[in-house]
Amino acid sequence: MARVVVDVMLKPEILDPQGQAVQRALPRLGFDGITDVRQGKRFELELEGPVDEAALARIREAAESFLANTVIEDFVVRVETEEEK
Amino acid sequence: MTIRVGVVTFPGSLDDRDAQRAVRIAGAEPVALWHKDKNLQQVDAVVLPGGFSYGDYLRCGAISRFSPVMESVIEQAQAGLPVLGICNGFQILCESHLLPGALTRNDHLHFICRDQKLRIENVSSAWTSDFAPGQEITVPLKNIDGGFVADERTLDMLEAEGRVVARYLDVNPNGSRRDIAGISNAAGNVVGLMPHPEHAVEPLTGPTTEGLPFFTSILKRLVNA
Repeated sequence: MARVVVDVMLKPEILDPQGQAVQRALPRLGFDGITDVRQGKRFELELEGPVDEAALARIREAAESFLANTVIEDFVVRVETEEEK
Repeated sequence: MTIRVGVVTFPGSLDDRDAQRAVRIAGAEPVALWHKDKNLQQVDAVVLPGGFSYGDYLRCGAISRFSPVMESVIEQAQAGLPVLGICNGFQILCESHLLPGALTRNDHLHFICRDQKLRIENVSSAWTSDFAPGQEITVPLKNIDGGFVADERTLDMLEAEGRVVARYLDVNPNGSRRDIAGISNAAGNVVGLMPHPEHAVEPLTGPTTEGLPFFTSILKRLVNA
């Protein structure tokens, strides 16, 4: 079974108050030297059939219309290899 | 002639009953619409109420947008049907691309619940014609994802076309760009609003009755149509 990963992140110009709150908490916990945190979403899609160009095109369509709101978010679609699993 | 205003109930809607009540107090007949039913029952206007439809999973309004009832609402709104989205309803209208921009997490990360002062800046939309230009009102506001964002070009367009329907006064409660509390589409039949006018329609339960003109506006417009 093949896995396709869709990463969704807020666009750089959109304020990310959740990421900022995480960033502010890090030094308090002793994790220094982290200057910025952006928080996003990761979707793992398990495919029934092969990951061919047609399947990826459908997933890009799903990401564009549903998984991400492209008014405020960017997304990246990638195929996960066996070693990565 | 009785004006019939549909109020949609999604799984997780909270303010559908209050919206129905506001419609009734304004003098129209509320019609309950169900998220799974495409049939809008020939209503004259639709209110998308506040709440947490589909648990706000994925993003607020992202799943509701694809519900059967929204297929009809989107189609008919594009043809001129008056639609008011309040809070979660505003989020659904943005996700549906009936309105530009998006609603994001409040900049201070807290849920907010307060009586909020607003200025009504557009009195030509289907839902605001019963206000005086520049009228200041106070209605409840309650949200955690109420920050209105859009790119600068879209914000400039909204301002230039007079599509900012309401703006926050005194305090910006959620980090909304340019203090925007509500906007309309270009035709003025679709309005999205983060604060809750349906909770301010009678003295017993609301801080004021200053939310009522949203509902009497639509009545007046439809009667005169």
